[in-house]
Amino acid sequence: MKSGEATATASRDEADLIARILGGEKELFHELIRPYERMVYLTVFSIVRNQTDAEDSAQDAMVNAYRHLGKFRGDAKFSTWLTTIAVNEGRQKLRRAKRTKEDSLDEPIEGEEQELTPAPLTDWREIPLEALERKELRETLRNAVAALPDIYRQIFTLRDLDELNVAETAAALGINENMVKVRLHRARMMLQKRLAPLLKTTAPERKGFWGRMPWN
Amino acid sequence: MELNCKHVWAHISDYIDDSVPSELRADIERHLEHCEICSAILDSTRNILVLTADDRTFELPVGFSKRLHERLARELADEANAPTMN
Repeated sequence: MKSGEATATASRDEADLIARILGGEKELFHELIRPYERMVYLTVFSIVRNQTDAEDSAQDAMVNAYRHLGKFRGDAKFSTWLTTIAVNEGRQKLRRAKRTKEDSLDEPIEGEEQELTPAPLTDWREIPLEALERKELRETLRNAVAALPDIYRQIFTLRDLDELNVAETAAALGINENMVKVRLHRARMMLQKRLAPLLKTTAPERKGFWGRMPWN
Repeated sequence: MELNCKHVWAHISDYIDDSVPSELRADIERHLEHCEICSAILDSTRNILVLTADDRTFELPVGFSKRLHERLARELADEANAPTMN
């Protein structure tokens, strides 16, 4: 995680870049958005749910950000402003594709009040990051995120993958902060419930166990 | 306050984000000390979040960045699209 000081410096550098771009050094826009390519792609992917549309929408979002850069006032973080554009772009893409009806994100979701029970376990063996070298594990994780209901997947993506804070996520999605917290909690519990039993069997029992995993 | 497992589950997400009040945090930690189920649920949730957030899990399409900057270069070359202040 960035320190507050590093964040403040980055923010000053960005404000400087933006001023220079608006002053005519437009090539600097490439540099301005470079740290956010992944964030914008994942944001639109969480909405449109396929690679081709996500790439198109991500490009459109960046182009829109360029065209409307003069409207960025600096009262929000540039990353939040850019995420809001990406969310709108993704939603427009969906509407154009007429694949879903208009989302009403502030409406309660059926069953949302029901308690969500996590998968019960009595112990958990840490799955190390090196295990991500295995394609099967990456696929299992991606499928579980893809299986989340739309709004939960979007909130999870903005909070846990894009690392926006609660207020930024709420602003980008146009919902209140409490709803972000409640739905993030449910999204995380849904992932735990689905993934913990699947991953438990893949965790190493003891040193050297990796050699006997089915994906080897 | 003595918490039961369901109370703890309800706060797992806020606990992970370090956004529970200190008193509740202490109650949760007291419960975790003796409840192996809640400890395992917390550990597995944290582990799953770390694995999911790793850059390797969700990869950008091959060539994504190159195509993006090519499109931007075309956009930037067109004076008509220069950013406006309104």
